[in-house]
Amino acid sequence: MKNVALFALMGLAFVGAGEFQSWSFSLTILNLCLISAIMALGVNIQWGYAGIFNVGIMGFAALGGAAAVLVNAAPVPEAWAAGGAGIGASLVAALAVIGLIVLIRKKLRGSLRRYATIAVVIGGYFAVRAVYGPAVNAIEAVDPAKTGYLGGLGLPITISWAVGGVFAAGGAWVVGKVALGLRSDYLAIATLGISEIIIAVLKNEDWLTRGVKNVSTLKPDVPTAIEFQGSEWFLGIAQSLEADPIVASGIAVKLIYAVLFAIVLGGLLWLSERALNSPWGRMMRAIRDNRDSAQAMGKDVTKRHLQTFIIGSAVVGIAGAMLTTLDMQFTPGTYNPLRFTFLIWVMVIVGGSGNNWGSILGGFLIWFVWIEAERFGPIVMELATSGMDPESALKSSLMDSAAHLRLFLMGIILLLVLRFSPRGLIPEK
Amino acid sequence: MEDLLNALVLYSNFVIVPGLAYGSQLALGALGVTLIYSILRFSNFAHGDTMAFGAMLTILVTWWFQSMGISAGPLPTALLALPFGIIGTVIFALVTDRMVYRFYRKVKAPNIVMMMASVGVMFVMNGVVRVVIGPQEQRFADGERFIIKARAFKEMTGLNEGLAIRTTQAITVVVAVIVVAILFWFLQKSRTGKAMRAYADNEDLALLSGINPDKVVMAAWIIAATLATIAGVLYGLDKSFKPFTYFQLLLPIFAAAIVGGIGNPLGAIAGGFVIAFSEMGFTYAYKKFLFYLMPDGSAPSGLMQLLSTDYKFAVSFMILVLVLLVRPTGIFRGKVL
Repeated sequence: MKNVALFALMGLAFVGAGEFQSWSFSLTILNLCLISAIMALGVNIQWGYAGIFNVGIMGFAALGGAAAVLVNAAPVPEAWAAGGAGIGASLVAALAVIGLIVLIRKKLRGSLRRYATIAVVIGGYFAVRAVYGPAVNAIEAVDPAKTGYLGGLGLPITISWAVGGVFAAGGAWVVGKVALGLRSDYLAIATLGISEIIIAVLKNEDWLTRGVKNVSTLKPDVPTAIEFQGSEWFLGIAQSLEADPIVASGIAVKLIYAVLFAIVLGGLLWLSERALNSPWGRMMRAIRDNRDSAQAMGKDVTKRHLQTFIIGSAVVGIAGAMLTTLDMQFTPGTYNPLRFTFLIWVMVIVGGSGNNWGSILGGFLIWFVWIEAERFGPIVMELATSGMDPESALKSSLMDSAAHLRLFLMGIILLLVLRFSPRGLIPEK
Repeated sequence: MEDLLNALVLYSNFVIVPGLAYGSQLALGALGVTLIYSILRFSNFAHGDTMAFGAMLTILVTWWFQSMGISAGPLPTALLALPFGIIGTVIFALVTDRMVYRFYRKVKAPNIVMMMASVGVMFVMNGVVRVVIGPQEQRFADGERFIIKARAFKEMTGLNEGLAIRTTQAITVVVAVIVVAILFWFLQKSRTGKAMRAYADNEDLALLSGINPDKVVMAAWIIAATLATIAGVLYGLDKSFKPFTYFQLLLPIFAAAIVGGIGNPLGAIAGGFVIAFSEMGFTYAYKKFLFYLMPDGSAPSGLMQLLSTDYKFAVSFMILVLVLLVRPTGIFRGKVL
C-alpha cells in the first residue's frame, strides 16, 4: 500500500512539473527517469542480489551508447577500403597474441612461464601496433571533417538496444574475469579504473565512433517532430485539441519514446522479479548473505558472481544504448562518473537495495530531484544571498555556480538515507 | 658523448623532473588514503575531493593575501596561505567524522557501508567546492616561475637540449621530503604515532592496552586532511586547480597506495613514484630521444610513443591489475583488503 502511494506521489510530481513548468519538460525528465530506472535496476541486480560493488557503471553505459552508433550510423565504404583489412588483421593478431599467452600459461611452468609471458606481451604489443597504426591513420584520413571512421551497419537504432546489452555483457565478462575474485575495495577501484579506460578509448579511437567529434547523422526509428508537423492527420488532431502544432509534435515524439522505454523497463522488471523469486535468486541471496556457507553447500560463488555481474552490466548497457537513441548523438566527452556511476548508486541506495521496485522508484525520484534541483538551485541561492549587495562579485559568482548545489544535495540525501533508513524507501522483503 | 648527454637532458626535462614532482604529489595523496585505511579500515572515496577542498581554501586565502599585497617574494604566495587551508580542511574532516563516520564505527558497520558513506561525503565536498569556487580552471601560482630556464641551461652547458626546472616542481619535492620526514618521525617516535601504529596493527590488543580509539581516529583525520591539503595545493601550483581533475586523481592515488602495499606508509611513497614514472614513461614520445641515441643520427619514423597521453589512466590501472595478480600485498607487503 505504501509502495503504491510512493509511486502515485512520483506520478503526481510529473503532473506538477507538467502543469507548472511545461509538459514537454516533464516528459523529458520522464524519459530520462525511465532510462535511469533501468540503470538502477542493473546495478541492483549486482549489488542487491549478489553484493557486488561495481563503480564502473559509466563504462558499461558508454559501451551501450557506442553500440547505438555502430549499429545505426551509415557505413563508410571508402574507410573500409582504406583500413578495414588492417583493422581486421590487427584484431586477428591481437587474438593470436592472447591465445599464445593463454597457451603459455597452460603449458609452461616456473620462471620460464613468467619470462615467456612477458616476452610475448611486449613482442605482441609491438606486432599488433605495427599493423594497427597504419590502418587507423588510413581510416581517419578519409574525409576527416565528415567521416574519418568506419561507420556503422546502417540498421535501425532500436536493434542497438539489444546490441548495447551484448557489448556491455562482453565488457563485463572481461572485467569480471580479471577483477571479480578481488575483495570489495579492490573491485571498486578496479571497476572505477576500467570505466575510465573505456571512456578514454571511446574518446580517442576516432576510427571507431569518431571519438569526441561525435556522430551526428544517426537516424531515429520513430517519426521526428518535423514529420509530425508535415502530416495532415496530426495537424487535425492538434487543431481539435487547440494545441500549438510545434509544441504538440515535440510532445508526441517524447510520448512515443516514453512508451517504448516503459515497455523495455517493464519487460526487464518482470524478468528480474522472476529471477529474484526463483531458486537462482534464493541462491544469490544466500551467497550474498553468507558467502562461506554457500560455498560450503557446493555453490560456485565466483561463477555465480560473474554471471550476475554480466547480467547487471548488460541491463546497464541496454539503458546506455537507449540514452544515445534519445539524444540521437553519442558524446563520450560528457560521460562523467559523478553523473553516470555515483548518481546511479544514490538511486539504488535511496530506493532500497535488493528490491527491484525500490531501485526503479529511486531512479525516478533521484533523477527528478537532480533535474529540478538544477532549476531550483539558483532560486535557493538568490534567497540565501538576498542580504548581499546585488552588484558584488561574490554574489554573482555564487549565483553562477548555484546549479552545483545539486551535488551537495545528492550527498546529503545519500548520507541521510544511509544513516537513518539504510534499507531505503522500499526495503527488501 | 654529447648526443648521450643530450638524450639524458631531454629525458630529464620531459620525464624525470616532472615525474619527480608528480610522484611526490601522488605519494602525499596515497599516504592519506593508506592512513585512513589502516586506522578506519575503509577506502576513502572522498580523498580526491578533500584535496580539492583544501586547495580551494588555500587559493581563497592566497587571493586575499594578494589583494592585501602580501607575498612571499620569489616563492608562491600559496605557501603562506597553506596553513590556513590545512586548518580549515582539518576542521571539515573532523566535523565529517563526528557527523558521518563515528556512527558507523560505533555500530561496527561493514567497511563497504563506510565506503558508501565516503561517496556521500565526496558528493557534498564536490558540491561545496564547485559552488564556492566554480568548476572552471584556476591558476594561482605566482612568484618566480623558473629556477633554471631551458635557454639558460643551453647557454651554460652548450648542449642542444635545455633543462627547465620550474619553481613549483622544486617546491613540491622539497615540501614532500619535509612532510614525509616529519610524518615518519611522528609515527615512529611520538606517543600518539606509536598508538596509531599499534591500533592499525591490532585493534583489540591496542584497546586492551588502554589506547584511546577516539584520539587515534582524530589524529588519523588530522594527518590525512593535512596531507591531502598539501598534496592538493602542490598539484594545483604545479599544474592548475580544477575540481574535476582532483576527483580523477583518485584512481592513480588508490593505485599508488595499493601498489605500494595498502596500510604501509613507505609503500605509499614508493607506489606514488612507480605510478608517476610509469605514466610519464609510457606516454612519452621517444622519437627525439632515440634520434640522439641512434649512431647515424637517423630519426625513427613515427612518434615512438608507447601509449597516447590520453591513456594515462590505463597505465596506473594496468600496474594495479598486474600487482593484484602477481603480488596482492603490494611491493612493501601491506595488508590484503
